Amino acid sequence: MAQILDRKRRILRAVVIFFIIVITIVYLVPLFFVIHTSFKPWEYIKEYPPKILFKPTVASYIRIFTSRTPLPAGVKLPEERVSQMKWYERLIYKDTNEEIVRQGDLPRRYLNSIIVVIGSTVITIVIGTLAAYGFSRGKLKGRDDWMFFILTTRMLPPVVVVIPIFLMFRTLRLTDTHIGLILLYTAFNVSFAVWVMKGFIDEIPIEYEEAAMVDGYTRFQVFMKIVVPQAATGIAATAVFCFIFAWNEYAFAFLLSRKYAQTVPAWLPYQMGVLGYDWGAAAAGTFIFLLPAMIFTIILRKHLIRGITFGAIRK
Amino acid sequence: MKDKTLMRLFILPTLVLLISINVFPLVWSLFLSFSQYSAKMVNVWGKNPEMIGVANYRQILSDPEMWVKFITTAKYVIMSVAGEMILGFGLALLLQLNFRGKGLVTTLLVLPMTMSPVIVGLMWKLFYDPNWGMFNFLLGLGRIDWIQDPARNLYSIVIADIWMWTPFVMLLSLAGLGAVPKYLYEAAEIDRASWWFKFSRITLPMISPILMLALIFRIIEAFKIFDLPMGITGRGAMAPPLLAMHLYNVSFVTWNTSIGSSLGYIMLVMVVAITLILVKYLNKAKQ
Repeated sequence: MAQILDRKRRILRAVVIFFIIVITIVYLVPLFFVIHTSFKPWEYIKEYPPKILFKPTVASYIRIFTSRTPLPAGVKLPEERVSQMKWYERLIYKDTNEEIVRQGDLPRRYLNSIIVVIGSTVITIVIGTLAAYGFSRGKLKGRDDWMFFILTTRMLPPVVVVIPIFLMFRTLRLTDTHIGLILLYTAFNVSFAVWVMKGFIDEIPIEYEEAAMVDGYTRFQVFMKIVVPQAATGIAATAVFCFIFAWNEYAFAFLLSRKYAQTVPAWLPYQMGVLGYDWGAAAAGTFIFLLPAMIFTIILRKHLIRGITFGAIRK
Repeated sequence: MKDKTLMRLFILPTLVLLISINVFPLVWSLFLSFSQYSAKMVNVWGKNPEMIGVANYRQILSDPEMWVKFITTAKYVIMSVAGEMILGFGLALLLQLNFRGKGLVTTLLVLPMTMSPVIVGLMWKLFYDPNWGMFNFLLGLGRIDWIQDPARNLYSIVIADIWMWTPFVMLLSLAGLGAVPKYLYEAAEIDRASWWFKFSRITLPMISPILMLALIFRIIEAFKIFDLPMGITGRGAMAPPLLAMHLYNVSFVTWNTSIGSSLGYIMLVMVVAITLILVKYLNKAKQ
């Protein structure tokens, strides 16, 4: 009897595991699809039903990184020219009969994203750690009310503040500047950073700090030499979260950056209109942009739950 | 320097930043919502902006077109959040089972959640494309247009939203399920309680606070959805009439800045009201 039950249970277990794996694979199909398309050779891209198996090529990636002019149909460049081409130039020439003119817009936009995101993350972490420490250890009046106030600024729909921010940026000439977006993303992320880091600092026993103060450390030395090193993991996790949030931000970037400081999320949807039917390049751009956030998510997986609930759930 | 003063200095930069980039705009927006103002025109006090009281609010709330937008947004919130809650919780229940590679599966499943919503929108736009995308092909459908057709494109955004945010509910549910004390199940086991009894009398009550939390987060986010539809349909005439997109069009396409501000305030009041009601239920569930 017990044996039969045991067998039944084992079969059930195998079925559930199989089911989970199938769900996971189905779940990732849209992502596979984008990666798959980004490596498709030009001649298969517009084919329907879609071709599943082919020899992968990086031509789409070269197209999204470059600006090209198409050669007139039927025109062949002299053999000598072709042999002098760099490998990627030859690849594009053979794939779509185009000549690479210059670097495209993507590298610049990617650099903008990196500047804005790193700038805002660094400032967020510096002022956020200070504030989190102040809230954690300082016995200040109305502390909980201030913490709640900070939280509400994050819950605010961006659409409500976007109009006055637009007007403010126009008056201060911050539109389409890196510093403008950095300020905005810092304000957007600092509430999150204070909440999550306060949780991490609360977990550090206060005795170390008290002992150090008795030994004659100043408050600031205590903060720099004892608290920051002990909260390092938490600070790092928070920084990665801020990085991801800023990297992904669209609404403000779309409205407040047009060209000079434009980030990738603001640029890519527009670019897809320009690319017309070059779905390969569109897919390549999408994947290149998603990759950093995916890598960081994998690094963060242990802290994910804490981050998405603002430190409400610690596990 | 006194210790307390120093602690205040620690907090100061954060508060200054939040007040200047969040509170100040909020007050400004409130002022604009009671005036007639267009950011496209020259500022002349008394004319642009001109104080007109609650006329903007009256205009918005009496416009039947606006009600279509409120209802569409409500439909969007209900469909996507319901889908996320059911699928996310269901996945979390399946993942209660321990097996090798569970960590990997969980990590793969949460990937969509930390992607940029607008880029996820673009990805689904490619995926849905009737001419060469794989969505119709894989489901064996004909060349159905999921992006331009107004009868359908709200659902295509809902599907993408569910895809993106189901992992969020799943992750929270997993944390909740892991925190249910084991001895409760053991006690029920001794009483030979049925699976359903254990689920409805132990599991559900124990994790309802965390499910409420997930619900609150998701409803607020879905209500103000902007990025995802911008990626999939754009803000053109064929796009579904969602509130945040409409607010963008009013404020920055037709440059009716003050109407935009009023609509923003109506949305803010709605978000706060929904949150307060849900938090009340959350506190009840906690007891």
